[in-house]
Amino acid sequence: MKQLARMFVVVFVVAFGLMYGVHALNSSEGYGGSNTLTIYNWGDYIDPDLIAEFEKESGLKVIYQTFDSNEAMMTKIEQGGTTFDVSVPSEYAISKMKEEGLLLPIDHSKLPNLKHIDSRFLDLSFDPGNAYSIPYFWGTVGIIYNPDLLDGWQITSWNDLWDPRLRNQILLVDGAREVMGFGLNSLHFSLNDTNEDHLQEAKRKLQTLTPNVKAIVGDEIKMLIANEEAAVGVVWSGDASEIMDENDKLDYVVPEEGSNLWFDNMVIPKTARNIEGAYAFMNFMLDPEHAARNAEYVGYSTPNKDALALLPEEIAGDERFYPSPELTEKLEVYRNLGKRMLAHYNELFLEFKMHRK
Amino acid sequence: MPSRTRLRMSDKSRNWYLIPYTAWIVLFVVAPIALVVYYSLFDIEGKFTFSNYAHFFTPVYLRMTLSSFWYAFLITAFSLLVAYPAAYLLTRTKHKQLWLLLIILPSWINLLLKTYAFLGIFGTYGFVNAVLETVGIGKQQILFTDFSFVFVSVYIFIPFMILPVFNALEKMNPSLIDAARDLGASSWTTFRRVIFPLTISGVKAGCQAVFIPALSLFMITRLIAGNRVITLGTAIEQHFLVTQDWGMGATIAVFLVVVMALIMVLTGNRKKREVQG
Repeated sequence: MKQLARMFVVVFVVAFGLMYGVHALNSSEGYGGSNTLTIYNWGDYIDPDLIAEFEKESGLKVIYQTFDSNEAMMTKIEQGGTTFDVSVPSEYAISKMKEEGLLLPIDHSKLPNLKHIDSRFLDLSFDPGNAYSIPYFWGTVGIIYNPDLLDGWQITSWNDLWDPRLRNQILLVDGAREVMGFGLNSLHFSLNDTNEDHLQEAKRKLQTLTPNVKAIVGDEIKMLIANEEAAVGVVWSGDASEIMDENDKLDYVVPEEGSNLWFDNMVIPKTARNIEGAYAFMNFMLDPEHAARNAEYVGYSTPNKDALALLPEEIAGDERFYPSPELTEKLEVYRNLGKRMLAHYNELFLEFKMHRK
Repeated sequence: MPSRTRLRMSDKSRNWYLIPYTAWIVLFVVAPIALVVYYSLFDIEGKFTFSNYAHFFTPVYLRMTLSSFWYAFLITAFSLLVAYPAAYLLTRTKHKQLWLLLIILPSWINLLLKTYAFLGIFGTYGFVNAVLETVGIGKQQILFTDFSFVFVSVYIFIPFMILPVFNALEKMNPSLIDAARDLGASSWTTFRRVIFPLTISGVKAGCQAVFIPALSLFMITRLIAGNRVITLGTAIEQHFLVTQDWGMGATIAVFLVVVMALIMVLTGNRKKREVQG
């Protein structure tokens, strides 16, 4: 009994000692109370030099945390106990978070640099009037392929994926909306289609793709394609540009049937503590020079028209990442289909995955 | 009178000692299971329903269950096949503890790290294919096949099979083997009639330690099998992280808990009967 009590005391003393140590260490480095800014962003989605510059300019300490899916990010913010000041969800996640009251409204007068954003990317259906979100990057879903491994064949459409020459050569990204989306697109349906017959038809069509599919993977798709593990991959445009940086033989195409157009916007979650800091950071990132540097580093397409003017012609003029107006017409933004429909999409995707060769 | 107080004291202190244990069980075993059961009774819109269970017994999930069991069975069988002889040889070596340590050592490394390493080893331009090419067999697709999935899983689970089997073999009285040999049993008969029955408890413990987690594997199914193998674990992960259909995810989890409990009960009972007989 005495021993037990002594043990408890020792444990408590050690725990408090460690807590104090952590606190002392944090404050000696300047992480404490109101002078920190916690950013919750996708992995590898910002030029780290810009964070250092922002810290110097604003006198704030930045804590940078990352997530790998909108769903994981939303779950974490919904559960609370976090202090994220700025996050960068995709459009359908923004409309969902707005519905659930997870976002704080944004005061545009505190963001003078907002004027640099191309009006095409403002006031979109997922966030009318940009009341809750400010554009960060945008992009497409498309096909990355290796002409060397395909004897110079140029892929142009989703239906090319069904070509028997591609047997066991395709890697798909593990996303229900992406895969079901191109299944629907290949049949010239909308990728927001909720018609049950269309969805079943898309699933059956995808199942006939099975012999060509080598694997359905997550983030490792970048490494696998750069290493020429497979000749073709269905990926997001930003991933494609990253892969092409590593292996310049590869090419990216937005298929002619149309595809997904997505946006990642900066938001202030309701968990924010340092709201002034969040505005300062957003304004900093909207500065054309900073946005241009960030776009060059990350490789996604910037919505900042003045930043675009600062980018070298080989990036700004690249139709693969800044598609022509005719193609842009055919691109669709994911609509928030509601939980039930999303579950149905996932179930169909699961059935496709379970279909064996 | 004094002896009585002492007795009461020791009773009291025993209760004290039980507090951390009970708190642990309630907080980390009972409460989570209760929560999982609770969540399984709500559909995606938060309405109370049993429809998740009805949904579980549809072809999609039944097929997934079947394939989960099949792969878990394969993984367990191959683990046993490799682990038993390995454990047996271990008990015959001079520096047992050193060898055992070497076998256990890889399990100190993070599971994901080991799995990622196999992406490189099994890749088209990886080590194994390079060897196959120089030998003259030529490149094979190894990654994203059933073979690579079972191989990597067996590799990861094998320490959990070797340890209990090794312990059981160590506990066995070696003079029993000598007795069997003296009575004219061949090596095979000795193994079949003496060694194996005496170590069956270790084999059972090992099978439990492998089969149960193998049922709900999920990262390896994506990284090594490229989602060509879909297990119940994958489905749970999807429902919690992607669809946010926590009800359905919890339902599958409840099913797994029930199956695991059944396996424990079944393998446990037989042991009792043996003791009685």
